[in-house]
Amino acid sequence: MPVIDLATTPLREFNSALHNIQKGSNDLSYEVANPRGSHAVAVGIDGPVMVDVNGSVGYYCAGMNDGGTVTVHGSAGPGVAENMMSGKVVIEGDASQYAGATGRGGLLVIKGNAASRCGISMKGIDIVVHGNIGHMSAFMGQSGHLVVLGDAGDALGDSLYEAKLFVRGAVKSLGADCIEKEMRPEHLQKLAELLEKADAKGVRPEEFKRYGSARKLYNFNIDNADAY
Amino acid sequence: MCGIVGLFLKDSRLEPQLGQLLSDMLITMTDRGPDSAGLAIYGSATEGKAKVTIQSAKPDIDFADLERDLAEAGLPARVAVKSTHAVVAVAAARLADVRSVLAAIRPDVRIMGAGDSVEIYKEVGLPKDVVARFDIRSMSGSHGIGHTRMATESAVTTLGAHPFSTGSDQCLVHNGSLSNHNNLRRELIREGIAFETQNDTEVAAAYLTAEMAKGKDLGQALTGALDDLDGFFTFVVGTKSGFGVVRDPIACKPAVMAETDRYVAFGSEYRALVNLPDIESARIWEPEPATVYFWDHQKAA
Repeated sequence: MPVIDLATTPLREFNSALHNIQKGSNDLSYEVANPRGSHAVAVGIDGPVMVDVNGSVGYYCAGMNDGGTVTVHGSAGPGVAENMMSGKVVIEGDASQYAGATGRGGLLVIKGNAASRCGISMKGIDIVVHGNIGHMSAFMGQSGHLVVLGDAGDALGDSLYEAKLFVRGAVKSLGADCIEKEMRPEHLQKLAELLEKADAKGVRPEEFKRYGSARKLYNFNIDNADAY
Repeated sequence: MCGIVGLFLKDSRLEPQLGQLLSDMLITMTDRGPDSAGLAIYGSATEGKAKVTIQSAKPDIDFADLERDLAEAGLPARVAVKSTHAVVAVAAARLADVRSVLAAIRPDVRIMGAGDSVEIYKEVGLPKDVVARFDIRSMSGSHGIGHTRMATESAVTTLGAHPFSTGSDQCLVHNGSLSNHNNLRRELIREGIAFETQNDTEVAAAYLTAEMAKGKDLGQALTGALDDLDGFFTFVVGTKSGFGVVRDPIACKPAVMAETDRYVAFGSEYRALVNLPDIESARIWEPEPATVYFWDHQKAA
């Protein structure tokens, strides 16, 4: 397995190597040493590549991932797995602001805590956070699932569209148009599946509450015309 | 964007390395803002002595014979020149006189900061050049803060660089932009506070000074800032013995902190912290929005 030492190899060279992997290649696993908070590590993967990063990363790690599996054995800075298309990103430590923002698919697992705006404008990505999430998470979430084993900060799901939110702990406050919803069998089943994929052991789907959109904000209401 | 760093040492054995550690932290943040850079270093205070850091655009002229001219004006002082800056050491009881005497004999000189222990060095240019120009690496101290600026409010000038110091041994660095600084400046001017720039950060620094002059401690003043300052901010502040951090309630400006038995450190990004001793075993966290974090040597002792 190639080991890329970012103390000696320029990041651009490493990311280019990931982009240039040919279809059918057997060299699909990479290990990264000394990331030391570098930005944009393993951004733009577009195949079934495995990357293990040994240490903490900065902004936008694994952004736009399409089919890769990226594991960060440390913490991640702002915008981890932003706009992921498919594949899996695992952060063993904490994640900073807007983890998984605008993600269209794939699975993001954060084993520690996530900061504010986790899953902002999510569009199909599944996000599982083992710890807590910060304020304004899932703001304008359009589709996909956000699962939180710990607590959620202020204004969860503000201006939410159709993303489904599951929180086990306390929710500090719900954002505009976000309400608690009934947990039906299909939700319990989906949640069980996500918890298993995210390696969340000793947690039962029944312990979670589901939150979603009241759908009062996102269609124009003619009775409000005077307000404009 | 701006990059800010701060380091508050709990273990006095690290003090000789303060300048070195803080310099490396700030240089790492260079790509967050290339316009100007500055540092405040809290060194050891001498009983009965105070110091004033001054800056001149013409140091060869302004600083030549400054010691003699100050003495002739009735103000005995020691002057240590470092490039465009000089540190004027006077008896603490005479600190208030430095401003008026300098205004008379060196009207073009600007005061960067004053107090028992703080020295402030700031100039237009990159952190590596500012650090080298003032030989920051050789400085020791108990705590310090630094800033590399991407100008969004007010001009790219030496005075527009951070840290801003508006009170004795107080200084502040800021990442963000304030939206109510003009109103607040007018109110503070009415309270008798003088401003040197149109910069929003100077208003924040002056606000804290004014609040503390009313009897608040820094923690209380920072809590008040959350109500009275509007806009985006991550502030790192220093006082003679203290070090504080606060972010606005939206908290979109990045911040990461690390704490060990030996120090508390702040960086706009984790990259700024990676060279600190034993960072691997530090507690690392992102400061919560609208929450004041504060450490004080005097309270710890």
